[in-house]
Amino acid sequence: MGKLYSFKRSLWVFHASGGSCNACDIEIIAALTPRYDAERFGIKLVGSPRHADVLLVTGAIPRDFADKLRRIYEQMPDPKAVVVVGNCGTSGGVFYDSYNIAGPIDEIIPVDVYVPGCPPRPEAIIDGVVKAWLKIEKLEKQLEGKE
Amino acid sequence: MAKTQYYIPVGPIHPALKEPIRVEAEVEGEKIVKVDVKRGFAHRGIEYMGMKRNAIQTLYLSERICGICSISHPYAFVIGSEKALGIEAPPRAQYIRPIIAELERIHSHILWLGVVAHEMGFDSLLFWTWKGREKVLDLLELLTGNRINYSVFMIGGVRRDIKESHIKAIKETIDFYRIFTEEMKDVFLSDPVYKARTRGVAQLSKEMALKLNVCGPVARAAGLRMDVRQDNPYDAYADIGVRAVVPQDIVGEARGDAYDITLVRLYEIEQSLDIIEFCIDNMPEGKIMAIPNYVVLLSKIKKTVGEGIGMHEAPRGEVVHYFKYDGTRDGPAVWKVVAPSYNNINSWAPLLLGAEVADIPIVVAYIDPCMCCNDRVAVVRDSDGRTLDYSLIRRKAVEKTMKIKKELGVIE
Repeated sequence: MGKLYSFKRSLWVFHASGGSCNACDIEIIAALTPRYDAERFGIKLVGSPRHADVLLVTGAIPRDFADKLRRIYEQMPDPKAVVVVGNCGTSGGVFYDSYNIAGPIDEIIPVDVYVPGCPPRPEAIIDGVVKAWLKIEKLEKQLEGKE
Repeated sequence: MAKTQYYIPVGPIHPALKEPIRVEAEVEGEKIVKVDVKRGFAHRGIEYMGMKRNAIQTLYLSERICGICSISHPYAFVIGSEKALGIEAPPRAQYIRPIIAELERIHSHILWLGVVAHEMGFDSLLFWTWKGREKVLDLLELLTGNRINYSVFMIGGVRRDIKESHIKAIKETIDFYRIFTEEMKDVFLSDPVYKARTRGVAQLSKEMALKLNVCGPVARAAGLRMDVRQDNPYDAYADIGVRAVVPQDIVGEARGDAYDITLVRLYEIEQSLDIIEFCIDNMPEGKIMAIPNYVVLLSKIKKTVGEGIGMHEAPRGEVVHYFKYDGTRDGPAVWKVVAPSYNNINSWAPLLLGAEVADIPIVVAYIDPCMCCNDRVAVVRDSDGRTLDYSLIRRKAVEKTMKIKKELGVIE
């Protein structure tokens, strides 16, 4: 399966912040900085979705932002994984009854891993990225078995 | 003639921005000649939701306005609510609140120092400052149970007490930050590259600062002595006598550029350490909640008719919450929030004009913008003051297209 080969290297992550309250966003940065140090595995934030393997999305998505999120998702090369960080992206959270929320993220783009928490701890975010990795590996094994 | 003006869109998703906002710049060579800021991508309608929920639910909703100021909004909320209800927090709670608020200021200011270093290209400095920031998050976790979004305030008090074992940890953290702030001062203020990159960049004069109505560290860096804790003290701040940190007191003159803002923020960390020390040394004994029973509190709110304004000096500037309880429901009938970034973003357009393209990230970052605090909904009104909704505006657009089509003879 040459198609999934890119996941055998370190994952590069693109972070898109929707209507998030910043709490998840600063925990994502904290996950990369020396205490938790995800960068030692080569996991790092990249500036463009075209370079990324994993898309981290935070926050409930306002109506104004939904089409931008869809565009970011489409710009990412395949194979890709989407990780939702935080309660509001998972289910709407405290913003469930807002007039300006386009819905939880899985109603806008396909999601692979949910990391609940308000905000989740950096360990949980790293665990979420690892889960996305495992999921892809499992998929790869299934595909190899079929061949 | 060759094209000399180019259009550079920045955002809403951009590596230099943590949150969605759009800056559109026209450049001539390296010089920016026209600039426009578009906001509203992170609008979630929090005030509307708050006016449908009860006051305690709304208090924790206000915490989610901004995750970095997750004490500042509840602080203004509880003060405003207490004024409307006519109750007062017990003295011990009034001393616990500033401790948590100042710890948040320390973490927010260190966060900003890291972000601005990152925007400039000093990534190792980002990592070093954020390594130091983890210590205050550990303390906040010990005191409140969470690293961010502490849920520790309550209308008429605080939910968690500070115990004897906590005080030891607080003192240790203060000692750590006394040394760490000195190190940060050494790195940020005496580094020649940092100085060259920030001196004269994003320079705001005193007159400009007044005219643009900026607040918080941005205004103080321009030399304006304004600080809610000084001008309109509340809780234990009234006993402490906080003075605004302005550059003219530290280095003799205020230039109002990005370097002066760094100076103000670094010295404010020291000021916060002093405030925390004062609070733990002078903390009175007693209870921590005026009305410990939430059901009693909610029924009191339901019977209350009144209004109140709460103000707090957030790390970024002043936060103002306005409340009106109308005696019919257990939540606010009117709730209005004004966040500091709303004023501070006004300074972007004048500062970017004439600046270089490479200075956009510094100008954008120097006010520590917080889009989730300030994004509003845009309401278009016609000349009679009636609100025009989107479907009406769209119908007008369709009508105009049809009219032009008719004029051009495309359709009959």
